[in-house]
Amino acid sequence: MSIASNRLFTRQDIIGFAVLAAVVFIVLPLTLDSFRLNLFGKYLTYAFVAVGLVLCWGAGGILSLGQGVFFGLGGYCMAMFLKLEASTPENTAIQSTPGIPDFMDWNQLTALPWWWEPFNTLTFALLAVVAVPVMFAFIIGVAMFRRRVGGVYFAIITQAFAAILTILIIGQQGFTGGVNGITDLRTLQGWDIRTDAAKETLYYVNGVLLFSCLLIAQFVRKSKLGRLLIAMRDQEDRVRFSGYDVASFKIFIFCLGAAFAGIGGAMFTLQVGFMSPTLVGIVPSIEMVIFCAVGGRLSIIGAVYGALLVNWAKTSLSESFPELWLFGLGGLFIAVVMLFPNGLAGLYADHVAPRIDRLLSRKSADVGPADDTARAAAE
Amino acid sequence: MFADYSMSELGAIFAMQGFAGLILFSVFVLMALGLAIIFGQMGVINMAHGEFMILGAYMTYLTSTLFEAYLPGLFSIYFFIAMIVAFFASGLLGLFVEWSMIRHLYKRPLDTLLATWGLSLILQQVYRSVFGAREVGVSIPDWMMGSLPLTDLVEIPINGIFVMVLAVAISLAVYYLMFRSSWGLQVRAISQNRVMADAVGINTAWTDRLTFGIGCGVAGVAGSAFTMIGSTGPTAGQLYIVDTFLVVVFGGAGSLLGTIASAFSISQAQSIMEFFLSGSMAKVLTLLVVVGILMIRPQGLFSLKLRK
Repeated sequence: MSIASNRLFTRQDIIGFAVLAAVVFIVLPLTLDSFRLNLFGKYLTYAFVAVGLVLCWGAGGILSLGQGVFFGLGGYCMAMFLKLEASTPENTAIQSTPGIPDFMDWNQLTALPWWWEPFNTLTFALLAVVAVPVMFAFIIGVAMFRRRVGGVYFAIITQAFAAILTILIIGQQGFTGGVNGITDLRTLQGWDIRTDAAKETLYYVNGVLLFSCLLIAQFVRKSKLGRLLIAMRDQEDRVRFSGYDVASFKIFIFCLGAAFAGIGGAMFTLQVGFMSPTLVGIVPSIEMVIFCAVGGRLSIIGAVYGALLVNWAKTSLSESFPELWLFGLGGLFIAVVMLFPNGLAGLYADHVAPRIDRLLSRKSADVGPADDTARAAAE
Repeated sequence: MFADYSMSELGAIFAMQGFAGLILFSVFVLMALGLAIIFGQMGVINMAHGEFMILGAYMTYLTSTLFEAYLPGLFSIYFFIAMIVAFFASGLLGLFVEWSMIRHLYKRPLDTLLATWGLSLILQQVYRSVFGAREVGVSIPDWMMGSLPLTDLVEIPINGIFVMVLAVAISLAVYYLMFRSSWGLQVRAISQNRVMADAVGINTAWTDRLTFGIGCGVAGVAGSAFTMIGSTGPTAGQLYIVDTFLVVVFGGAGSLLGTIASAFSISQAQSIMEFFLSGSMAKVLTLLVVVGILMIRPQGLFSLKLRK
C-alpha cells in the first residue's frame, strides 16, 4: 500500500477500522459463549504486541525478538498488585508469615521484599504497567541505537534479554513465583475478576484499550514521524545525512512498542488470571513476531487479525491434533516469509481493496465526480 | 566462605571447576564453529542451527544402535563412523535447505531468521514423531567411561577429555578449511566483496551453498560429540541457540579466533561463577555481562577490518 494520502484516515483505513470494530465489539461477543469470548480476549492481548511490532519492524525496520519481555513486565506489574490484594492476612492465615504471597511463604521468606511494597497501590501498579516496560526499552534502545546497532544484531541481543529475564524469573522463585508464575489472582479493588460477568467487562475494556492503541499507531504512521521511520528503514544513512537524529526516532518507536506490549500483558493477567515466565521467553517472543507477519507487517489492522487467526488456529489445532500444530506453525513461518511477505493485509490490498474501491467509486460517480481520497487510495 | 576448606581442597575445587569450564568451553566451541562459518562469513542467521546439531546427535544414536545389533565387535570404534554419518546427514540437509529456502532470502536477513525458526519447529516435530518425545542416550564404549585420577581429590572424566580433543581437532580442521583451502579463500573473498568475487570467476552461488552445507555438517559433528556427555531430546537444540549466537557475536562475526576466545571467556566466567552463586544466577550474570560488553563494543572482541 502506498502512502498516497496525508490524511489521518483514508477511506480504506475507515473501512478497516469499522470492520475490525464490528468484529471485536459486535460479532465476537454475539457469536461466542463466555469461555470462548474470554479466549479471544486473550488473543487480543497479543494484538497489542503485534501492533507495536508493526510500528517497530514493519515501519521502522527494527526487529525485536524480545517483545515478550515487555509483555511479561506489564503482566507481572499487574499480577503483583492483584497477588498482594489476594494475600490479605485473613486469606493467608495458615501460612507461617500471614499477609505475604503464598509462594514467598513456601520459599521461607518472612517479609515482603521492598520492591513489592509500592505495588500495594493500584495507581502505582497501573503506572508501572506502562512505565516499567518503557524504561527497559529506553535503556536497551539508548544503548543499542546510539551505537548504531541494528538489524540482526539487535534481534539477537533482544532475544538474549528474553532468555535472561526468563532464567531470572525462574531462578528467583521466592520473589517471582518461579516457573509457575504468579497464580491465584482473585479481585481488583474488591471486584471479583473470576466471574463470567467480570470477564465480559474486561473483554470490552481490552477492546477499547486496543482501539486506543490502534488510533495512536495510526496517528504515528500518518505523521511525519511515520514517514521518517519508513525512510530510515529503507535508507538510514540518507535520513541521517539530512540532519535527523535517527537514534532518537528509533528509541521512541521502540519504547512505544514496549508500552503497547506492557498494556497487553496487563490485560492478559486480568483476563486469564495468572502471569508466568512461559509468556516471557524466546519462544513466545518470536511467536508474537509471527502474529505480526501473518497479519501483514505493514498493517496495524492486519496485525490484529494475524494475532486472532494464528492463536485461534493454535488453540483449535493443538486441541485436536497436537502433533500437527508445530508443523503448521513452522510452515506458517516459512510460507509467510517466502510466499506472502506482506501477509493478510498484502493479500487484501492486492485482491479485495481494489474491488471495494471500484464499487464505491462507481456509486459516487453516479452522484458526482470521485473524490480525491478514492483516487489516492486506488493508486 | 572459604574458611571451612583447607588449601588443598580449595585448589582441587578450582581445578575441578576450571575443568568443568573447559568442557563447557569445548561444547561452546563445537556449537559455535558451524555458526561462525554460516553467520560470520555469510551473514545468514540460522535459527535451526540447534536442530542440525540434534540431527547429528540422533544419527550417532542410530549408528550406535546399529553397531550394537549387527557389529558388536567393532562397537568400540563406532563413534568415529557416527561422526562421519552425522557430518554428511546434517550437511546434506543443509545443502537442501540452502537450495530450497535460504538462497531466496539473502537480501532479507531478518526474514531468514523467521524462516529458519519455522524450519526449526518443523524439525523438532519430526524428531518427536520419529524418535519419540523422550530423551535418548547412546551407549558409550568402555574405553570412554571412568575417569583419570590426577591426585586424590582431582578426577577427570575421560569422555570430557575426549570432547575437548574433538573440539581442538574440529577447530583445526575448520581453520585449515577456511584459511588454507581454495574453498576457504573463495568464501573469504565473497564475504569481503561479493560482486568482485563474482567478477573474477568464483561461482558464488555454489560456494554459498557449500558454505552453508559445511557449516551445518560441523553442527552435526558437534551434536554427535554431545552424545558423549549428555542425552538428546527433540527440543534440546533450542536450549543452545541463544548461547551459541552470543558466543559468535561476542567474538566478532567473521573472526574464528574471536569465536574461540569468546567461547573460552564465557564458559570460564560461567563455570567459576556457578561455584559462588546458583546456576541460574551465574547464567544470568554471564549473559548480562556479555550483552553489556556488546552494547559498548558492538563489533565484538575481534573484528575484521572490512570496507563496507
